[in-house]
Amino acid sequence: MSVWPEERVTTIDSFNTVDMTINVGPQHPATHGVFRMVLTVDGEVVVDCEPYIGYLHRGLEKLTENHDYRQSMGWWDRTDYLAGLCCEGAYCMAVEKMAGLEVPERAEYIRVMMMELSRINSHFMFLGAFGADVGSFGTSFIYAWRERERIYDFFEEVSGDRMFPTYFRPGGLMADLPENYESRVRWLLGSINQGLEDLDGLLTGNEIFVERCKGLSPMSTSRAVNLGITGPILRATGLPWDLRKAEPYSVYDRMKFDIPIGESGDIFDRYFVRLSEIYQSTKIIEQCLEQMPKGLVLNPDLPKTLRIDNAECYIRTEGTKGEYGVYAMARGGVKPYRMKLRSPSFCNLAALKEMVVGNYLADAIIILGSLDIVLGEVDK
Amino acid sequence: MTFLFSDPVFGVWNWVDAIIRILVIVLVMTFVVIYLTYGERKVVARFQQRLGPTKTGTAGLLQGFADTIKLASKEDIRPTNADRWVFEFAPYLTFIPVLMVLVSLPFAKDWGVRDLSLGMFYVFAILGLNIVGILMAGLGSGNKYALLGGVRAAAQMVSYEIPLVLSLLSVAMIAGSLNLNEIAMRQSFTPDNGQYAPFIFLQPLAFIIFFTAMLSELHRAPFDIPVAESEIVGGYFVEYSGMRWSMFQLTEYASMWAFSVFGSIVFLGGWAVPDTSDWWGPDWGWQLGITFIKSVAWILAIMWVRITVPRLRIDQLMSFCWKVLLPMALVQLLMNGFILVYDWPPILLTLTSGAGAALLVAIIITRAIHRPKSKLVGTYKQVGVAAR
Repeated sequence: MSVWPEERVTTIDSFNTVDMTINVGPQHPATHGVFRMVLTVDGEVVVDCEPYIGYLHRGLEKLTENHDYRQSMGWWDRTDYLAGLCCEGAYCMAVEKMAGLEVPERAEYIRVMMMELSRINSHFMFLGAFGADVGSFGTSFIYAWRERERIYDFFEEVSGDRMFPTYFRPGGLMADLPENYESRVRWLLGSINQGLEDLDGLLTGNEIFVERCKGLSPMSTSRAVNLGITGPILRATGLPWDLRKAEPYSVYDRMKFDIPIGESGDIFDRYFVRLSEIYQSTKIIEQCLEQMPKGLVLNPDLPKTLRIDNAECYIRTEGTKGEYGVYAMARGGVKPYRMKLRSPSFCNLAALKEMVVGNYLADAIIILGSLDIVLGEVDK
Repeated sequence: MTFLFSDPVFGVWNWVDAIIRILVIVLVMTFVVIYLTYGERKVVARFQQRLGPTKTGTAGLLQGFADTIKLASKEDIRPTNADRWVFEFAPYLTFIPVLMVLVSLPFAKDWGVRDLSLGMFYVFAILGLNIVGILMAGLGSGNKYALLGGVRAAAQMVSYEIPLVLSLLSVAMIAGSLNLNEIAMRQSFTPDNGQYAPFIFLQPLAFIIFFTAMLSELHRAPFDIPVAESEIVGGYFVEYSGMRWSMFQLTEYASMWAFSVFGSIVFLGGWAVPDTSDWWGPDWGWQLGITFIKSVAWILAIMWVRITVPRLRIDQLMSFCWKVLLPMALVQLLMNGFILVYDWPPILLTLTSGAGAALLVAIIITRAIHRPKSKLVGTYKQVGVAAR
């Protein structure tokens, strides 16, 4: 397929119109990173869409294969960089499963708490950026940013880094939480609930917002499953499929929470499912705080150098964008033989073309926004 | 020779007077625009729980000047495939109509550049010219985003001009004049002019239609479709830089100011206050102050709308104009005609227009709100379904 689709000429009697190709991205405020799509528009209506990815390819899988198990922690933060800890969690779980390492219970609880905070962080980013895509002049963005800053501050306190904490280790955690963590997290939860209410009030009931989002690019559950879509977009179609419930990992089986689902899988449902998930995540964090035991956070039997003999596993976790799967293979030595990432953003992006074609140009932007892609994850 | 000096219209002194007044207007406008940009940044920042500019001068008061200096020193870039003269003249052609509108506005009873007897007609005749410059910028830039922005702007402005003019006409019918000074005077309670109240109370529907159409003409949210930053990255001025870009910025804020003064004259009474005494009457300082307060309130309303609502889509925008605003404006014009011709009591003006305004709001709300019906997504605090 050519980079620039041939110009299509439509003839209506004697009146000729020529379709126009518009290049959106890689530098465009609405592409959420370095994503590029070439839209063919007939006036304002999109007739063709071709996505181009790979601008942020860093060779994650190959890098991991060439580094020590603990050295490559940092790369995995940078896949879904809005929720780095969820990715770290999946990677660590894969390594632990291959090595047969036990994780102390306290570490599991802290992991779940931090992963849920990451999820909240990522969903807030979606809400803010989506509001900006629909055109609310950055107000939603700033509202969301306030809470994200506070979460990042907590991450910094815990691990020393805001965006890429590199806090988990195969076999546990880098360090225990700071002493005042409980009051800090409780304050954070109150602040998150407040921010959620602010955003809900700003966007959910807004007539223009509803008019723009309701009924736009609906998707049936079967189509979503066939396309391999997971995460909030799948749940927006009405299927309560959440790996935290369906195949509980870590200590998620001890948590009580609900799976928010939508009705028709349209843009509004996707927005609302994510909004609701933030609230569910706060509930999980509260339960973590209540149930958290005392003890070690790193497996004391962890060898100085982690060597794994022949082993192979596939770990799938509920990332913020969908099923975040890590396929790992070891053939002895200190490095993995193969590491493969099943990134949810990449798979969800497959639906872009069929969602966009036939809609208005302005809608194409918010459809892309509603997919909530993270380019670090798409391009690996 | 006597003609040269003594003629009231073509005489030299008249020209000198006009030029001085225009110079004053231009200077004031520059100052106003600089502080409007500063003010908008501050207001928006406070709405968004930020501080806005704080570093330049006390509370960032010199921010506008710093921005101006920066813009003036920037390189003026012209894209290779731009149509040279069209591209270079477009910013000025968008700016001139706004300046020409400012010429006709009475800021105080006796102070405008010229007191035109067909002032309102002049304003909406001139305002339509704005689109020429915008289309030129869109077509001449040689950029597809700019082209889309220019075409969107043209479609939008042509459509919204009609309800705008109709809403103003229904006010002019009641005022019985197209002279802006006269219209302002009619809205005070002085016994000798025999008129009622500010027209916002007499014609709330016209006010709402005017405000909506004005937002569209100004390309402010929720009608900022031609400059939609998240879609077409600034629209028609995407290729401009330096001074030419700042001309667009100047135009945007100057027209916001012009519209707010014009709107406050037509609907809020301009320099007049609803008061029977005439203590404020001869004092032009008070009148300027009153105009200032009213237009600032108007501008704050525009900013408030901007930071609260998202953007409409182009087809929703068009159908809102042609299916809702235009019929309502026409019906209101018709009702006003009946009431005025048959000399029915003026309270009917308020009642019919108020009913129309209520209907308009009801239409907007019922059309737009499709709250999810399922209990699953009713409110986020009640969602929940158990998985296996």
